[in-house]
Amino acid sequence: MFPFVFEWVWDMSHMVFMGGLWYALTIMGLGLTYCIIKALIDTRQKKGGTHGGH
Amino acid sequence: METPLIPPGVKRCPTWQFALWMAAVGAVLLWGVYAMILVWWKGLNQTNMNDAYGFALWIWADLAVIALGGGAFFTGFLTYIIGKDKLKGIINYAVIIGFICYSSALLILAIDIGQPLRGWFIFWHANVHSMLTEVAFCLSCYFGVLTIEFIPLILENPRLAAKPFLHHLSHNMHEIMAVFAATGVFLSFFHQGSLGGVAGVLFGRPFAYREGIFIWPWTFFLFTWSAAACGPCFTILVTWITEKITGKKLVQQDVIGLLAKIAGWMLITYIIAKSIDTLYWALVTAPGMGFTLMDFYTDHPIYNIGILFAEIVLCGFLPALILITRRGRENGFLLILSVLLAVLGCSINRWVMVLQVMAVPVFSFESWFLYSPSWQEVATTILPVAYGVILISLAHRYLPVFPQEKELNPAN
Amino acid sequence: MKESATHETARRYGMVIDLDKCTGCGACMVSCYAENNVPFKKDESNKLDSINWIRVVKMTNQKPYPDTQICYLPMPCMQCDGVGKHGHSPCVSVCPAVATDYDFTTGIVSQIYTRCFGCRYCMAACPYHARKFNWWDPVWPADMEKYLSPNVSPRMRGVVEKCSFCFHRYQLARDKAYQEERAELEENEYQPACVEACPVKAMTFGDLNNPAHAVYELKNHKHAFRLLERLETNPKVYYISSKEWVRRNGDNYLPDEAPGRLKSKAKARH
Repeated sequence: MFPFVFEWVWDMSHMVFMGGLWYALTIMGLGLTYCIIKALIDTRQKKGGTHGGH
Repeated sequence: METPLIPPGVKRCPTWQFALWMAAVGAVLLWGVYAMILVWWKGLNQTNMNDAYGFALWIWADLAVIALGGGAFFTGFLTYIIGKDKLKGIINYAVIIGFICYSSALLILAIDIGQPLRGWFIFWHANVHSMLTEVAFCLSCYFGVLTIEFIPLILENPRLAAKPFLHHLSHNMHEIMAVFAATGVFLSFFHQGSLGGVAGVLFGRPFAYREGIFIWPWTFFLFTWSAAACGPCFTILVTWITEKITGKKLVQQDVIGLLAKIAGWMLITYIIAKSIDTLYWALVTAPGMGFTLMDFYTDHPIYNIGILFAEIVLCGFLPALILITRRGRENGFLLILSVLLAVLGCSINRWVMVLQVMAVPVFSFESWFLYSPSWQEVATTILPVAYGVILISLAHRYLPVFPQEKELNPAN
Repeated sequence: MKESATHETARRYGMVIDLDKCTGCGACMVSCYAENNVPFKKDESNKLDSINWIRVVKMTNQKPYPDTQICYLPMPCMQCDGVGKHGHSPCVSVCPAVATDYDFTTGIVSQIYTRCFGCRYCMAACPYHARKFNWWDPVWPADMEKYLSPNVSPRMRGVVEKCSFCFHRYQLARDKAYQEERAELEENEYQPACVEACPVKAMTFGDLNNPAHAVYELKNHKHAFRLLERLETNPKVYYISSKEWVRRNGDNYLPDEAPGRLKSKAKARH
């Protein structure tokens, strides 16, 4: 899972597989962080906000 | 009767009735929990698995719930990426069903492994060449996506939505839901496929083995395809059951019709591809290993050739043909019959690709390996069903799961 | 796994079992139990959940008396090389946690008990049923724990185990050779317990790549065959039998096929 783990090899299989994993995790992490930070800012600015079409 | 916890404008049953319902389902849940603790405490000797039947009821249940939970990723894909806005009437429920299915799958996996405390090894010491590693990674990540998709709905509970931060958080998460949905589609494509790959790569098991493209056997693509076809069917089926239990129409019929139509076309294309795959396997792959098609079937009540007919014709072509015709979809009975058959067909496929693989003798001097689950295995397989019913009951009572409910039930 | 790019193994330890000699006495199984600390149950009548690293299977030609013939088939782990001898054996390629490994210096497939978390995917992958699961905690009666071999770690509940070709004996032999400043092992320096215990010398063990070892010639015997060769698992356990029905039982054939006439890809590779 990490380059410092015993089984890690810098080959194509590891780079593609783990690349995909970390790519997905990064998107999820960044997305959540964005939502939380924006929610904090919105709350501080006392925005009304509606739920729109969902 | 109404409390601030229940969304405004909708009618819910009295608290005592709800409590009674929860107690009944809770009793079943406790039975499953007891079996689960027994298995964790005493080990897998509590099951009827053996060295010939290393994969059994639990792995089938895992594969089946993941396939049927595929309604979440495919409906999400159609709603947020293809832009089928009409499906917003059912997407919340699809996400909840997916969340239940995937959390159940993770729980069953935790029970199924011999050393549950070492479960993290699959991540830490990952063998990137193993299909099971891919399943574990994508399944866990996608469960994260489903949780992210479920959170905004939870935050729409009136009491929670009253808190400004949670209200904004829910709103912001809705705003970028397409990003999460796209990630979910990416992860689902791989883990649904890898579950097919789990069986398809077994070149020592002629019943399971399939040729393919690059590192992926054909079962990789067939599993993703069938999950996209049968997952929405399961969503429709559970929605129908919920409507019957609550005695209310919860989703507009044209929403159900659209999802059924798309599922129907996915199912017909899938079952054609599956038929081609089966033919190629029966006529080329298996004979190359010294097996005829009938070597894989016996006169056993389950493992006779009828199971192939049931999977491909009765629970494949038949529901697909009903679902792709307007008259079939508009007939309430035929619609439910066909989604039920599709769900059964997908479950049979997963059963065959796990249990029949173990049952078929590979040596000419061996006989068929047969197995029936212990009560502990049955109880822990029913456990997720009870958990699912409880979560759905709670979600339906306290969250605005169905945006069309108020409109469809104006008398409330 | 790290050496997978080197493809060909330096040594390929393998076994040739002469089925015409085997009497089915089970001495190989007994010696294996003692050598490898293999646990057993109080009641061993259900063979489907009992642990054995080598088992003797009884086969018959399915003909009525007086034409009935019997053959005993000792089955250890086949130590498969896999397709193309790249170490892509059925079990190693599927293990999600690298708990089973193909050693490119010997061709032996190992099992790392403390790494295994008991998913049993390797068992599903192995067509030879060579892999066994510890359904129970191992329990040895009375003082028997004192007689366990210190060279082989006992296994815990919930993990898979299997024949290692007595790899600890290889390690001991290597240690001895190192002390004596030798690079190579003599053929008789490394022999598994089952091979040594066989009273009729039906089992021969050695480096299949080494022309000086007996197995090198034996594997090319005109009646030599491997189990399920057509699946391309590429086992390193060979069998010899003069009986055609025994050789036919070793694999699967369509009604119009015969073992001798079939030119399989796997056959060409060995």
